[in-house]
Amino acid sequence: MLLIDCPFCGERPELEFSYGGEAHIARTPDTASDDGWTAFLYDRTNPKGIHAERWRHVHGCGRFFNALRDTVSDKFRATYRIGEARPELE
Amino acid sequence: MTGAFRLAQGGRLDRSRPLGFSFDGKAMRGFSGDTLASALLANGVHLVGRSFKYHRPRGVLAAGAEEPNALVTIGRDGRRTPNLRATQIELHEGLAAESQNRFPSLRHDVYAAGRLAAPMLPAGFYYKTFKWPPGAWTRFYEPAIRAMAGLGRAPPSPDPDRYAQRYAHCDVLVVGAGPAGLAAALAAADAGARVMLCDEQAEPGGSLLAAEDATIDGIAAQAWLAEALRRLARAGATVLPRTTAFGYFAQNFLGLAERVTDHLASPDPSLPREKLWQVRAKEVVLATGAIEQPLVFSGNDRPGVMLADAARLYATRYAVRPGTRAVLATAHDSAYAAALALHRRGVHIAAIADLRARADGELPAAARAAGLAVRTGATIAGSLGGLRVGAALLGRNGARPERVSCDLLLMCGGWTPSVHLFSQSRGRLRFDAALDAYVPDASAQRERSAGACRGVFGLAAALADGAAAGGAAAGASGAPRRYAVRAPAAGTGEAPGLTGGGRGKAFVDFQNDVTAQDIALAAREGFRSIEHVKRYTTAGMATDQGKTANMNALSLLAAAVAAPVPTVGHTTFRMPYTPVTFGTFAGLARGDLFEPVRTTPMHGWAAAEGARFEDVGTWKRAHYFPRNCETMHAAVARECRAVRTACGLFDASTLGKIEVVGPDAAAFLERMYVNAFARLAPGRCRYGVMLREDGFVLDDGVIGRLAPDRFHVTTTTGGAARVLGVMEDFSQTEWPELDVWLTSVTEQWAVIAVQGPDARRVIAPLVEGIDMAALPHMGVAEGHVCGIAARLFRVSFTGELGFEINVPADHGQAVWEAVAGSGAAHGITPYGTEAMHVLRAEKGYIVVGQETDGTATPDDVGLGWTVGRGKPDFVGKRSLARPAMQRPDRKQLVGLLTEQPQTVLEEGAQIVLDPGQAVPMRMVGHVTSAYLSPTLGRSIALAMLAGGRARVGERVFLPMPDRTIAARVVSPVFYDPEGARLHG
Amino acid sequence: MAEAARRDALSLAAHTHATVTPLSACSRFVLRGRAPALAAAGAAFGVPLPREACRAAVVEERAALWLGPDEILLLAPEAERDAVAGALHAALTGLPHALVDVGHRSAALEVAGPGAAFLLNAACPLDLGTAAFPAGMCTRTVLGKCEILLWRVDAARFRLEAMRSYADYVWRLLEQARRDWTG
Repeated sequence: MLLIDCPFCGERPELEFSYGGEAHIARTPDTASDDGWTAFLYDRTNPKGIHAERWRHVHGCGRFFNALRDTVSDKFRATYRIGEARPELE
Repeated sequence: MTGAFRLAQGGRLDRSRPLGFSFDGKAMRGFSGDTLASALLANGVHLVGRSFKYHRPRGVLAAGAEEPNALVTIGRDGRRTPNLRATQIELHEGLAAESQNRFPSLRHDVYAAGRLAAPMLPAGFYYKTFKWPPGAWTRFYEPAIRAMAGLGRAPPSPDPDRYAQRYAHCDVLVVGAGPAGLAAALAAADAGARVMLCDEQAEPGGSLLAAEDATIDGIAAQAWLAEALRRLARAGATVLPRTTAFGYFAQNFLGLAERVTDHLASPDPSLPREKLWQVRAKEVVLATGAIEQPLVFSGNDRPGVMLADAARLYATRYAVRPGTRAVLATAHDSAYAAALALHRRGVHIAAIADLRARADGELPAAARAAGLAVRTGATIAGSLGGLRVGAALLGRNGARPERVSCDLLLMCGGWTPSVHLFSQSRGRLRFDAALDAYVPDASAQRERSAGACRGVFGLAAALADGAAAGGAAAGASGAPRRYAVRAPAAGTGEAPGLTGGGRGKAFVDFQNDVTAQDIALAAREGFRSIEHVKRYTTAGMATDQGKTANMNALSLLAAAVAAPVPTVGHTTFRMPYTPVTFGTFAGLARGDLFEPVRTTPMHGWAAAEGARFEDVGTWKRAHYFPRNCETMHAAVARECRAVRTACGLFDASTLGKIEVVGPDAAAFLERMYVNAFARLAPGRCRYGVMLREDGFVLDDGVIGRLAPDRFHVTTTTGGAARVLGVMEDFSQTEWPELDVWLTSVTEQWAVIAVQGPDARRVIAPLVEGIDMAALPHMGVAEGHVCGIAARLFRVSFTGELGFEINVPADHGQAVWEAVAGSGAAHGITPYGTEAMHVLRAEKGYIVVGQETDGTATPDDVGLGWTVGRGKPDFVGKRSLARPAMQRPDRKQLVGLLTEQPQTVLEEGAQIVLDPGQAVPMRMVGHVTSAYLSPTLGRSIALAMLAGGRARVGERVFLPMPDRTIAARVVSPVFYDPEGARLHG
Repeated sequence: MAEAARRDALSLAAHTHATVTPLSACSRFVLRGRAPALAAAGAAFGVPLPREACRAAVVEERAALWLGPDEILLLAPEAERDAVAGALHAALTGLPHALVDVGHRSAALEVAGPGAAFLLNAACPLDLGTAAFPAGMCTRTVLGKCEILLWRVDAARFRLEAMRSYADYVWRLLEQARRDWTG
């Protein structure tokens, strides 16, 4: 069971969290073309390596936050609050 | 007397506690402190099982977790546990063990005749042979092979035992309580760390338990052990014997399985059988020791062929003479310690055949000094014997082998560090050519290996290595503690490879019956990766995961393909290190604790009324209320009629409820739901539909506006958590500027639905502070019911005049009983979820998840009228504008009436237009709900039908396995289409 | 200190005694809002609301528990329900916020005794040592398959709240764990 560093509560067991899909996908219903909206709904990067993703400390403070996780090693490299810029990794 | 082969003295046995046990029904005696293996050997029993594939007679090979042969079934109080290692089973009074994989008996096994055909069963045999005719594999070959091969039989009945689990956290977890582990634990405890120390054996100590002639800090090794354990206890360390660290997971999370009762003769029935410790350690010290490797030669699997150090352990720790006349074959000095220990206990050492050209170490010198015959540069060509080894064939290169008679043939192919947990932790291994073994290289986690598991052998070195590792793990300052040790040297060895030239089977993997010849065949057939060879030959794939097999398999493959061992690679070490029973993983989560069973505040009343319950998610909901011996059908019909003609009482407490509060609450709901909420007046309700962003229906429910800034939102029972999560998501991440906050009040309110033409008359006498006559359909008011502050909704999911009384949950049952009392004169009838479904289907009201399946838009299910089209945005709006969402041939909600009125369609049945068309037919829709309607006196169904609304009046067909049912497409509203009854 | 920390929560021999007791009804409100509302609420409630994550503040019979950065649980004696609601309503007028009565949605248990943390760890995955989870800490977490609110009132006393429909599960889970681990 992984430990995940909630930006509000600190490191907590994975059991307290739920996954929320890829992060930093802008919702633009007013301007998106049909193809653009389809991409918003369904296209995801699914990278091998660092993935920016949304998590919620659902059985804790309830906050959504973003995380950078390495999909190869399954290691969390960073977590950051909603609204904060994606951090640079070394 | 506890066996003819029991030494008169010595061993860590409690000779004041003799124990009776049985093996295949035969009564035997042993002592407290014995394992089943040591007790069997003390009774002269070497034949303990038959092998997996060839049914060859097998004996005890090892003395610990690595044992591949001596697997037995333990029966106890009707329980049967198969495939337990006799070397790890602690003896207790009454222990009943059975051998496995033999028929009819261990000594006379009919399948052993298969040995005659054994040359026909090489690696890959199944894949090549049992391919024809088609289907024969499942019908004939597999059942026949399974009857012949395999290990013990699984128990047929539920596991009667309980298993406990817990989480634990510590600063330093030390795995293995041998000298390295003890020194590590002591050093960490001295530095003030929270320490846990676990060991798979019955008592901590590891090699110290069998150490002779060793002193630490001037006292005998076993006295030092006792003092070390006292010091750890004083320091508050948690010391767990009988506890196997079976898995090492990410971020220093380890699984430990503690055996609690298996070693007890009559355990307290309240005790769990095993305990699972899920440990999160800041630092881990692995001190898991090393495993002696067998030699690969023809007939190396006969009973009486044993690992040399295992024989030494049986002699020293268990006071057993494992034979009377021993031959040793070795490529490592450590076998000489075994020879000496046995020699001192009266075992005749017929020969020590050292495969190395020279044997000049301290131990060989001591053996020679004791007068033991040492042959260097020797080979072992094979063994002779039947159910017990009778002779060894010893030779020198080029010379004809000599037959040396013996009843004990000991072998030592060197030692391989137990890197299983290290490797599971994703640490990187390195091949050490000098040790001829893989050792830990780089740690992947906060972990250190110490002692023999990283190739540091010998008591003094292990203690020093452990002390350094434990101190470092605890962040201790200063030099590690030094121990003054006097002990025999550990010695060295060489890679033995395949020895001798015997033609018989030379086993690499004893448990899976894989031979050197199989490895050679795999190499000849082109397999090069050890991972492929493993799967092709099954070497290393048995329950022991090849603890005594993998290194020999690697060496043989490397030799066969003429490559260095490291280039062949090594297989993956997987958890569990030794098998863990399923119950230990299930733990508390079984029986009535398997998952939470949620009940409503009125559950007790319904149970007392004899309600039948159904599971809705994790809730128990009253399904129907049978009277006397009523069938479900009769009860539901009666309940439906009561609602239509008088009054029904329904527990709606499980509906999800969210209080949405704040100045922007209306604006937020405008964006979350398809409906318009801005102009909903306080005191009024609206039926709301929520979509996913892809435009499909996610949930629905009634939303009441209590005040300009306060809404009482209801959701489906199953959707409560999901809807709250989606709302929180949008509130936190998409529209954080809105001043609106959400609070789950699902469990705050008990919800009592009163539905039927008499509903108002039933509840009016109980209501205070609300003008019942003025409360319109889809109205909500706050007031008092039975003196309790309540929220009263006038809503209907039945099509009748209806109210839902929300009172704080603690008052739910009392108010419910008051309503039931008030309604008695009107014939009020409690009804369950089945009647609720029938009543709503009669009205064409959808159930999200029944009519919808994640691909239905509001318009598809006839809810287009709910969509506030003028709104600039709501979740799912953009998707509804996509062309595909507006095609006229989308599946739409319709009603179906079967031509035979009493025929009830099956939910899920497919609809076709032409029953005469060729199969596969073109399916144009499916039935979503179907009931016998007591109100209409006939069957009704709801369906999703392509272009359905344009097909009203048409005839459609539902092909079933035994017949085709014809039905007429109608409006989905079967009853009171004008809605007049809602207004009482 | 090192000695105390070391003995904390882990040692089997010394720390096995724990009791589980249902607690009586009380008033509960969830207060959510932005900082100005939360600041003003403390004075009205009589307990300065905790701003530090996962901390509880107590004044006499009232307590304020941090559940999230904009979410505070207010606990008060049952009889003070209307007084609390009235005082907060008056103090927070004009300050955007949500005050919701949740007095009946959960059930509370007290887990107390030197083995309290050890017992809870039978199904709660948090490190409940006093260094990682000191007195005054509170958080939502999980117990078995149920979400709970856990508040360490003092070193050997926890208040545990679960949604009322889970209360029976929590109770039986802890009773089973008590038999398994503390004899």
